[in-house]
Order: sequence, then structure tokens, then C-alpha cells
Amino acid sequence: MGLDAFGHDPFWLVIIKILAVFVFLIVSTILMIWFERRVVGRMQHRPGPNRYGPFGLLQSVADALKLALKEDIMPTLADKAVYFIAPIISIMCAFTAWAVIPFGPEVSIFGVRSPLQITDVPVAVLVVLACSGLGVYGIVLGGWASGSTYPLLGALRSAAQVISYEVALGLSIVAVFMLSGSMSTSEIVMSQGENPPIQLSLLGMELNFNVPGWYAILLLPSFIIFMISMVGETNRAPFDLPEAESELVGGFHTEYSSLKFAMFFLAEYINMFTVSAMCVTLFLGGWRAPWPISIWGEANTGWWPILWFLGKVWVFMFVFVWLRGTMPRLRYDQFMRLGWKVLIPLNLVWILVVAGVRVSTQQENGTTKTLVIGGVVLLAGAVILFYPRRKQYVEPATADLGLGGFPVPPLDLKVPPSPRTKKIEATREKASVGTDSKTDTTGEEG
Amino acid sequence: MSLLAQGALLAADNTVPTGEAVTFWILAPIALGGAIGMVLARNAVHSALLLVCTMLSLGVFYVLQAGPFIGMVQIIVYTGAIMMLFLFVIMLVGRHTRDSLIEVLRGQRLAAVILGVGFAMLLGTGLARGVGSVTAKGLDEANANGNVEGIAKLLFTKYIFAFEVTSALLITAAIGAMLLAHIEKKPGEKLDQKVLSRNRFTKGNYPGPKSGPGVFATSDSVATPAILPDGTFTERSVSKVVPARELTLTEARPKATNGNKQDGEIR
Repeated sequence: MGLDAFGHDPFWLVIIKILAVFVFLIVSTILMIWFERRVVGRMQHRPGPNRYGPFGLLQSVADALKLALKEDIMPTLADKAVYFIAPIISIMCAFTAWAVIPFGPEVSIFGVRSPLQITDVPVAVLVVLACSGLGVYGIVLGGWASGSTYPLLGALRSAAQVISYEVALGLSIVAVFMLSGSMSTSEIVMSQGENPPIQLSLLGMELNFNVPGWYAILLLPSFIIFMISMVGETNRAPFDLPEAESELVGGFHTEYSSLKFAMFFLAEYINMFTVSAMCVTLFLGGWRAPWPISIWGEANTGWWPILWFLGKVWVFMFVFVWLRGTMPRLRYDQFMRLGWKVLIPLNLVWILVVAGVRVSTQQENGTTKTLVIGGVVLLAGAVILFYPRRKQYVEPATADLGLGGFPVPPLDLKVPPSPRTKKIEATREKASVGTDSKTDTTGEEG
Repeated sequence: MSLLAQGALLAADNTVPTGEAVTFWILAPIALGGAIGMVLARNAVHSALLLVCTMLSLGVFYVLQAGPFIGMVQIIVYTGAIMMLFLFVIMLVGRHTRDSLIEVLRGQRLAAVILGVGFAMLLGTGLARGVGSVTAKGLDEANANGNVEGIAKLLFTKYIFAFEVTSALLITAAIGAMLLAHIEKKPGEKLDQKVLSRNRFTKGNYPGPKSGPGVFATSDSVATPAILPDGTFTERSVSKVVPARELTLTEARPKATNGNKQDGEIR
């Protein structure tokens, strides 16, 4: 199955596929909110929502209905058109990305052979990146159009965060492109089905073995960087600085209410599903069955792969919740330092290594060369890393005590009255202040 | 989009597929309207947004012309990154930034018109000469090994020098911007988080939160009454449950980190 399998679906089938994905995303989001609250509750030794429906399953439905029926507020200072359009941009980009996510192999739907994927293009992974890049507009415009300070600050933070982590995200995918030789999601999944043979000729010895095809194993550094940056990309804890409620109230959607807020909320959760699905597709074999199940011959055919795919995606959703229940929020400068000074340089070095190894294995005697060069580079890196150049920390001799440890102003402090007060007092009629001392003692009883 | 792209691939003769024509006639007015609106809009953010509309339409046009890679790159790089930076700057400058009708620099408009027309003519003649002398090879040959592979091959073989020069130029610009924005600081002038935290927990220092500004407190004990501006204690500041008493100097002393043992004569 290549790209030729796409683009031949009859019209009704396209509609069915789109509707199915739409419904899937809505139901998943509702389920995810319940799941998140229950799991976080469990992690914090409390039950979580457990009133409506079995295990509180209907809680999210009730919440969604209540949210939709709330008053829709338009702030006076808002830029009306942009304020209205921002959540729509957000949610459209979130949904569009799912057009190229593969759910399974070719199956027969009402007698038509068709892949379980809406469509695929030669640059499908870039389509997802473009969607997340455009989704930032929803956030930025929503924050700006609210005409209020906290949303604007939240929007700026959020945009800076998403853009810088998108660089790391995009770079971590490059290694996958190099190994699979394709940017189309279905072909990347197909290429992970093979177990590529590796020939090592080391010092005259010949080693032949097959390596597993999942890129999470072959390209472990890329996988780890993708995992970290996908949390940053979706603004989730511990990278949820745009919504840091202790600093920014609610972030970019502070002023939003009712359905517009619901749209932002939905987009946020769909984005979580999107990055998880991308991670599964790019690194964990997509809809291919994991190892013990893949022994069963039928595992990768028919409708079964949807189950494996969803299982893998939900593992990632659990990781998102787990992170939220475990990690404290990072400070903004730490977060940016991690992105720009750690993830991106590491990524570049790793891409160089992958490219070098790929080129050298195609040459004669390449493996030995690679191992020698790699060894030298590793040795040099270790020397640089462990070279003792850091100064030992010396504790300061005197403590910074201040005034007895407290910022106590002097008792004879005279605060100069502000010139505005002077002006008001000069124009105001003098009030007659009573001279009896009762006024001072009345409050002492409380 | 893939349907249309493949349709465009198949259309080797001069007939335009219906899907392509429909998409073109929908998006062309949007692209043009966005470009005109960008110039006419008074609000800077609206202006930027209309430009985004134009850029997005251009991206789709590239995809329609069987160039899916450049179409996506147009959307990711131009709308996703560059226009986002523009928006950033506009928002930081302020939400009520509107075009002022007063000419600050004398002769600015005249110069802009002359330079603009000149640039357009330069670009037009260059393009006309360049395109006029080229014989089109056709999509089949250009996309023979796939669109992405074709671009990669040309970019890293025939046009490698132009590609490298462009990237060197961009890096130079980035470093220049960093140098201009950089503020030189002496070592140790700016205390980072690690240093601040170590200072806070040095021996004998009081690490807890200190009383807020304007609070006249001499101790962190709840039993210590606050001081009124005239220097007397106010009993209102102490809870009734806590017996009011005068604390000794030792008791009233703020608790400090384990360095206390040094000043044992006070304890």
C-alpha cells in the first residue's frame, strides 16, 4: 500500500470517514476529561467525579451542556471580529490535522477497499506541523482581542512556547524522515513494519542481525525529544506556563466564556490527541500491533489495528495525566533554556550522527570507519564534559541579615504626602475631627 | 487537497481539472482581497491578519500546482513563523497602533513611491528575462522521483552555493540582531537564581517570607502585637486565644537557618 491507495474513495465514503473522525475526537475529548479527573483524583487520594452515571462517566457530558448554556460575554474593549474568529481558528486547525492520521490498513467498507485514513499526501507530516503552527494564531489572537492584560501576557507566553517547541519537535522528526525516506504518514507506518537487517563487519568479524522496525528503538534520542517537546507544544503540565493560574489567572482564554471557551478547551484536548497520535505514528509503529500480539498473524490486518492504535494513543494520554499529577510547573526561563539550549542542539547533533551513520554504512568498510570516528568523538566529548574547570562553591562568610532579618521601616518614618492629595486637601472643606479618645479604643475589643 | 494535487499531476494537457478551477476561483478573490485589505486596513493587527489570508491562499495555490512541499513550507514558515513574529511585535507595541497621517520624515512618501516602483520594475524585468528564456520541462519530469526528492536534489547539488549563501546571510542577520540587543554585564552583576537561593539560605539568614511593606512588626511570632505608628502595641492584632505577653528579646528574634549556633551567646 502506497500513496496510490488514496484519492479514489467515492464521495459518500469520504463523508463517512470525516464524520467518524469528528465523532471520535469529540467522544475522546469528553472521555479524556473524565479520565483525567479520575486519574488525577486517584493520584491525590480522592475519588474524583463519581456522581453522574457509572463511575461518574456522565460528568463531562453534564459539564459540557452547562458550559454551552452559559452566557456568552463579549468584553467592551474586545476587538469584535478577531475575538469571534480566534476560537474558530483554533478548533479548525485542531480538527484538520486528523485528516492525515492513519488509523489502520486497507479494509473493506461497504464493499469498497479503502485505507482507514481520510487522506494522505507526500508531505502529510508537514500538514500536521502546519496545522499546529496555524493553531497558535487562535491563541495569540484570542489573547490580543480580549483587550485585557492577563490574556495578552498569556497569549504571548503561549505563542513563544509553542513556536520554540515546534522547532525541537520538527527537528526530532527529521531523523524519522531520513530513515523512512518519506514524509507521508501511511508510508512511515509501513516502513516501521520491516525489520531492517544490519551488517556489522568489525575487525574481520561479520555480524548479521535484524533490528526492530519501530523508530522509538532505532531513534531513541529523537523519540525522547519528541516526547518532551510534545508536552511543551500542547501547553500541558509541567510546561503549562501560558495558563499558570497563580500568575496569569487563566491565560489567553481568561475573558472567554460559553461556547467560545468550549472551543478553545476542545482544541486543547484534540491537540493532545494529535501529538500523541503523531508520536505513535512516527515512533511506535502506528497501528501495527506491539510485540507479543504481533506474533498472531491476523494482528495487522482488518479492523484490529484500530484497537492497537487507540491503545497506544491512550497510553500517551495517561502519560499526560501522570505528568500533571506529578510534576511542578517550570519557571519560564528554565523552560526556554531547556528548549533552546538543550533540546535543539542535542537534536542537531543527533541528526548529524544519523546522517553520518547512514552515509557511511553505504560505503565500503564504512562500519569500522564509523565506529572509529564515533569513538574519537565520544572520547573528546567525555574529556570536555569531565574536565575540571568549574570553580568550587564557596559559602559566603556573612549572612545578608538586613535589619534583623525584617524589612522594618524606622518608627519615625515621615511619608511625604503625594502632591495630588495636597491639591485635593487644599480645595476641600476642612472636616472637624472630634477630640475625644473613644475612637481609638472602640476597635480593640474585636 | 491530495485529490486536487493528484488531479493536477494527471492533467498533462492544457485542460484544467474542475477541482483545481473551483479552488482557484474561490481562493483567488480571497488572496487578492487580503492583499488589498492589508494596505487599506487602519488597524495594524487586521492588516497582518489579511496578509496571513493571502499567504495561506498562496500556499494552497502551490499545492494545486503540484508542489505540495513548497506549499506546506509556505504555510509553516511564512504564516506560522514569520507573520507570527510580526504579530508579536505589533502586539507588544500596543493595541491602538494605527497609521498616523502625519508625515514624520520629510519626503518619505515620495521616496517610498519611487523606490517601490523601481523595485517592482527591477523584479518584473528580471522575472521576465529569467522566465522568458526558460523552456518548461513539465511536471512529469520535475516530479519524476517525487516532489520532495526533486527539490532536495536541486537544492543540494545545483543550487548549493546560493542555498549556503542565503543561510549565511540569515545567520549574520540573527547574530547582528543579538549583538545590538545585548546588554553587557560584568560578571557577578546579575545574580541568577542559584546565587539568590544560596544567599537566602546562608547561615544565620532568615529564609522565610518577610512581613510585607508597611507592616511594623518586630518578630514573626503570632503572640507579638503589632506596633501602631505612635510606637505603642495594639492588642487587636493578637488573637484572643493567644495569651498576650511581652516576649523576651531571644523569643522575639526571628528564627534563622542552622547558622544560629554560632551566635550562642544570644540564645
